[in-house]
Amino acid sequence: MYWNEPIETMGRAQMEELQTTRLRETVKRVYQQVPFYRSKMQAQGLLPEDIVRLEDIQKLPFIIKQDMRDNYPYGLFAVPLSEIVRIHASSGTTGKPTVVGYTKRDLGIWAEVMARAYSYSGATKKSCIQIAYGYGLFTGGLGAHYGAELLGASVIPISTGNTARQIMLMKDFGTTVLACTPSYALFIAETIVEMGMDLSEFSLKAGIFGAEPWSDNMRREIETRLGIKALDIYGLSEIIGPGVACDCLCQNGLHISEDHFYPEIINPVTGEVMPEGEKGELVITTITKEGMPLVRYRTHDLTMLNRDVCDCGRTLIRMGKILGRSDDMLIIRGVNVFPSQVESVLLSIGNTSPHYQLIVEREDNLDILTVMVEVNEEMFSDEVRGLEELEHKIKAALSSVLQISAKVRLVNPKSLERSEGKAKRVIDNRKI
Amino acid sequence: MIVRQISVFLENRQGTLAKALSVLHDNGVNLRAMTVADTADFGIMRIVVNEPEKVEKILQAADYAVKITPVLALKVEDAPGELMNKVQELADGGISVEYVYAFATADPDGARVVFKVDKLEQAYKILIGKNIVNSDDSNENYW
Repeated sequence: MYWNEPIETMGRAQMEELQTTRLRETVKRVYQQVPFYRSKMQAQGLLPEDIVRLEDIQKLPFIIKQDMRDNYPYGLFAVPLSEIVRIHASSGTTGKPTVVGYTKRDLGIWAEVMARAYSYSGATKKSCIQIAYGYGLFTGGLGAHYGAELLGASVIPISTGNTARQIMLMKDFGTTVLACTPSYALFIAETIVEMGMDLSEFSLKAGIFGAEPWSDNMRREIETRLGIKALDIYGLSEIIGPGVACDCLCQNGLHISEDHFYPEIINPVTGEVMPEGEKGELVITTITKEGMPLVRYRTHDLTMLNRDVCDCGRTLIRMGKILGRSDDMLIIRGVNVFPSQVESVLLSIGNTSPHYQLIVEREDNLDILTVMVEVNEEMFSDEVRGLEELEHKIKAALSSVLQISAKVRLVNPKSLERSEGKAKRVIDNRKI
Repeated sequence: MIVRQISVFLENRQGTLAKALSVLHDNGVNLRAMTVADTADFGIMRIVVNEPEKVEKILQAADYAVKITPVLALKVEDAPGELMNKVQELADGGISVEYVYAFATADPDGARVVFKVDKLEQAYKILIGKNIVNSDDSNENYW
């Protein structure tokens, strides 16, 4: 069942025509409205008129997350603040978040692409959708919420946490679609067993799981344990939030809403566009967004694209499951974490940054972050109390900057692994 | 007397204490006194040695986080009330004791007690004034 049949089944030539028109409008708009883009294009001797065909997009420079920080908070907005009706933000390296702004029309587009995503799972206005993504500055909760409302489903905006209550309401309210992170879905499945409940008491049919990478093994585990179809949803707040792409029931690649988000795959080292089907870094251009259009945003997510028509009949381009990152970003409990954020916290506490290492593990399907910190002479106190205070101070600063809690372990100097003299910053022991 | 105690950071893992002690042993360091404070994650080994500066360098070279802390080391006679009286004098003088540990010596008449206090110089003066610390204490070999 299609949500927007003309778009979802549009022929390739017609889609490219639509994309070309929208791309040209977007480039023209950012050139006129956003000094950042204008100066970048001028530096390359480019004018909006130079972008005529879709391939001309390759002439344009990339935009990266650092550019968003450099233009904090509103420098990349292409409309006056009076036109912005919603602001979201993600955690940032030095406490400054990455900010995104939406016009009324942008929110409409977001709801539209999210509604499509739900419909890929078979959800309709008769569905009961439980949204266990966090509501707030994080785009997960509200993004999933308005899409479900547009679909016409009955929405349960329960947000994260209190798993026993989630499960009780899931059963009593007859939830048919669950939207949350895949690790939380597994946690819910385990808790259901622990509570001595049986799957037959539930009406669950499908889950839309995203905000963190997960494997096909994990998909099978969730599907078996919850007795549902588990679909992968992809999105990032910089582009719009959840709903950029989503699995259909064929589970053979995520359909990108390419009428709004134009994808490219580049070689992360050279920046050159790769031939179709090859693995590389996903680059997205928003071709309809008004509030904060992004032209050639480097996602650092590694995947590949496939333009073949899907068995479900949709022609929308598909991206593979995310295969990794081309930078050192970690996704922990759905939150983006960079090792440099930890470094900035440690620097803010001592005069010199000690060696540190991030250890990520998955216990009971929940991600646990432990930050190992080598005790240097400057930090070392002869008193237990002094060291405990230090641990506590690091912990508090980490949770305020990272937006997730982390364990802190003080370790001996030079005890952390270094490869070829270079510090090994991350050990990810999660088996996903 | 005031002695320069060495504190060493130790992770709370099997074998870390043995390893630290073997470093000291390999370098011919003899311990005069020792205690280990511990929490769930880490411990602090505190030791008294003859040449603290030299031992500090040995431990630093073996990649330990080390700190030298001046502490009070008192001889306590082997009689009831001896330790209590000394602690009372410090309390009366407005001195806070952060931690204490005791150990035996070859001297049959008494034990040695190490006090980490908040106001070291003041504590030392109080003890001299009360004749609790005497000239005998300043002899290095006493330890």
